Amino acid sequence: MGLSKRIIPCLDVDGGRVVKGVNFIGIRDAGDPVEIAQRYNLQGADEITFLDITASHEDRDTTVEMVERIAGEVFIPLTVGGGIRTCDDIRTMLNAGADKVSINTAAVNNPDFVREAADRFGSQCIVVAIDAKRVSGEGEPPRWEIFTHGGRRPTGLDAVEWAKKMVEFGAGELLLTSMDRDGTKSGFDLGVTRAISDAVTVPVIASGGVGTLDHLVDGVLEGGADAVLAASIFHFGEYTIPEAKRYMAERGIEMRL
Amino acid sequence: MTIAVIDYGMGNLHSVAKALEHVTHEHVIITRDPRCIRGATRLVLPGQGAIRDCMGELEKTELRGLVLELLASQSKPLLGICVGQQMLLDHSEENGGIACLGFLPGEVKHFPTDMRDANEQRLKVPHMGWNLVHQHHDHPLWNGIDQDEHFYFVHSYYAEASDDATVFGTTEYGRVNAHVAIGRDATFAVQFHPEKSSRAGLKLLENFINWTP
Repeated sequence: MGLSKRIIPCLDVDGGRVVKGVNFIGIRDAGDPVEIAQRYNLQGADEITFLDITASHEDRDTTVEMVERIAGEVFIPLTVGGGIRTCDDIRTMLNAGADKVSINTAAVNNPDFVREAADRFGSQCIVVAIDAKRVSGEGEPPRWEIFTHGGRRPTGLDAVEWAKKMVEFGAGELLLTSMDRDGTKSGFDLGVTRAISDAVTVPVIASGGVGTLDHLVDGVLEGGADAVLAASIFHFGEYTIPEAKRYMAERGIEMRL
Repeated sequence: MTIAVIDYGMGNLHSVAKALEHVTHEHVIITRDPRCIRGATRLVLPGQGAIRDCMGELEKTELRGLVLELLASQSKPLLGICVGQQMLLDHSEENGGIACLGFLPGEVKHFPTDMRDANEQRLKVPHMGWNLVHQHHDHPLWNGIDQDEHFYFVHSYYAEASDDATVFGTTEYGRVNAHVAIGRDATFAVQFHPEKSSRAGLKLLENFINWTP
């Protein structure tokens, strides 16, 4: 008995509303972030992550209000990602009640931002999001690179080296998304998950590609992930969080049931 | 009736204040004003980040003396959280060795980085996520909370109190048995985050508000 592996549902937010349908039986309005966060909390989600896909600044204020409302009602860790570019952005989200922020493109553009953020706010609230894509061909030793802009723009950065650098700079946790698998429901890229998990001391959250409960199990047992993040399998009611947790626990994984 | 969350410049105090407001109608304030702290009925001492910075900020905001005085008098209940727990001990090995407040005898140590779990996976440091808290001694703050309940943790250093009577909760991580709830008299301090530990955490905060040591 010991530390549990975590299940983290991820919600896309635009202007303070959850987009991409979330279906709970009996929910009044599937777009209300507070209601959805409460449902996931009641189901036993270990944390909740919000990805802010808002384009405009005005709408971003709405996201801040949303975080405030959720933080007043749901008492599990909340992570907010998307558009975190400055220490002021981080301060705003933490003041609103977020516990962690996830930094993605801004870290690639300016790695020192991660150092500055960790120094200012502590590593415990700095998650660095890593979007990796396999660049080696069949038969070659596996190699993954960091991509930005939703997997469209290569950076030339080796994913494992980048992960180590981000931890050295103060990342307290890594959110690893396989851009090859994201949205495919074919399972995590276990190779890059294992490579990064073995290379760093901090927890790694596996993301991108979950379609079945076995994928969650594989992410932990084969990928070495400390937490698994998923969106659609929970949003569309294919599986509930308690189902996923029981399934993982039956396969020998420590879970908070 | 006021609960003061002591703001000496370290960490995210909003989560703690929001969770307290959720379980009480009493006034919750985040403050560094010595008069407000003296006037409060209950105190929360949070803390995040490096302990050198926490102790440094406590010094800089001139609250160190006040906190020491309040700890010495034990005139009102105080809840320490995270680094706010670690600071109550004598010494921490973080940042090359830092003298702490010395309210409880003991040390703050770093988790070994070579530990593995039952599936032979390396145990990560920081210890982050939900782990079981074993109630080592009875305490009013455990009222209504199950033995071996899950609480949420984020830390790389852990408390090792030297007096067993001050240890109220323990958590196993690898080969370490961390003292995650410690205290004496009107002071209780936890390594985990009750404000982020869902129902069990809110229950502990409610118990703190109802506690009359």
